[in-house]
Amino acid sequence: MNDDAVFKALADASRRQLLDRLHDRNGQTLSELCEGLDMSRQAVTKHLTLLEEANLVAAQKHGREKLHFLNPAPIQEIADRWMGKFDRRRIEALADLKRALEGEPGT
Amino acid sequence: MADSTFIYVTYIRTTPDELWRALTTPQFMAQYWLGATAEAEWRKGGPWKLVFPDGRVADAGEIVDFEPPRLLAIKWRNEWSEEFKAEGWSMCTMELEPMDDAVKLTVSHTMERENAKFIGAVGGGWPRILSNLKSLLETGKVVLPPK
Repeated sequence: MNDDAVFKALADASRRQLLDRLHDRNGQTLSELCEGLDMSRQAVTKHLTLLEEANLVAAQKHGREKLHFLNPAPIQEIADRWMGKFDRRRIEALADLKRALEGEPGT
Repeated sequence: MADSTFIYVTYIRTTPDELWRALTTPQFMAQYWLGATAEAEWRKGGPWKLVFPDGRVADAGEIVDFEPPRLLAIKWRNEWSEEFKAEGWSMCTMELEPMDDAVKLTVSHTMERENAKFIGAVGGGWPRILSNLKSLLETGKVVLPPK
């Protein structure tokens, strides 16, 4: 998946607000999402399209309605890629320190 | 909407057959499903359960749709938590769609109950399991090894 599309999608406060709304209540229609927002329906539609293209929102037909759901996958996958790197290095560093303190030969 | 739904959509560089196998083979599942394995009769109407390494049943239910390699749906209820079990049955649907050189996996886990705590809980588990699965199929390693 495209990291640039994800970061670009998240870089906008209005889009983050839509994601927050879905986090509070998942599975909303376009009309529900527009309620009480200082954004035109057209603007919300444009933002949702960008979020869907970044795979941050999944839209599904439920009966006659199209519902929007939060998709945690892109953020989870970016976090794993980065967290994995940090954790590994930290674990290795701690193992090295342990060996040095315990006076193992070769350290 | 009076439902609680969790959805996870991920694209995995593999084939539908490989992914289907990964989702329905207990030994393979143990590698990425945080130590749990499934025991099931892999057919529509077959009983299904998810079991911890110590043998305790984590969740139990029935396979409601079984169409390899594109659709697996399980009616599922938690067994290890009184609170979650009391919330009742959920439906978990796994859809596999072939793309150019990947498979789009959509997992939907839903319950006909507002603000279901169980769905909140699986919302924490699924991302780790599915991210593990993607990593395993694409690189041969999981992100989070089973405890």
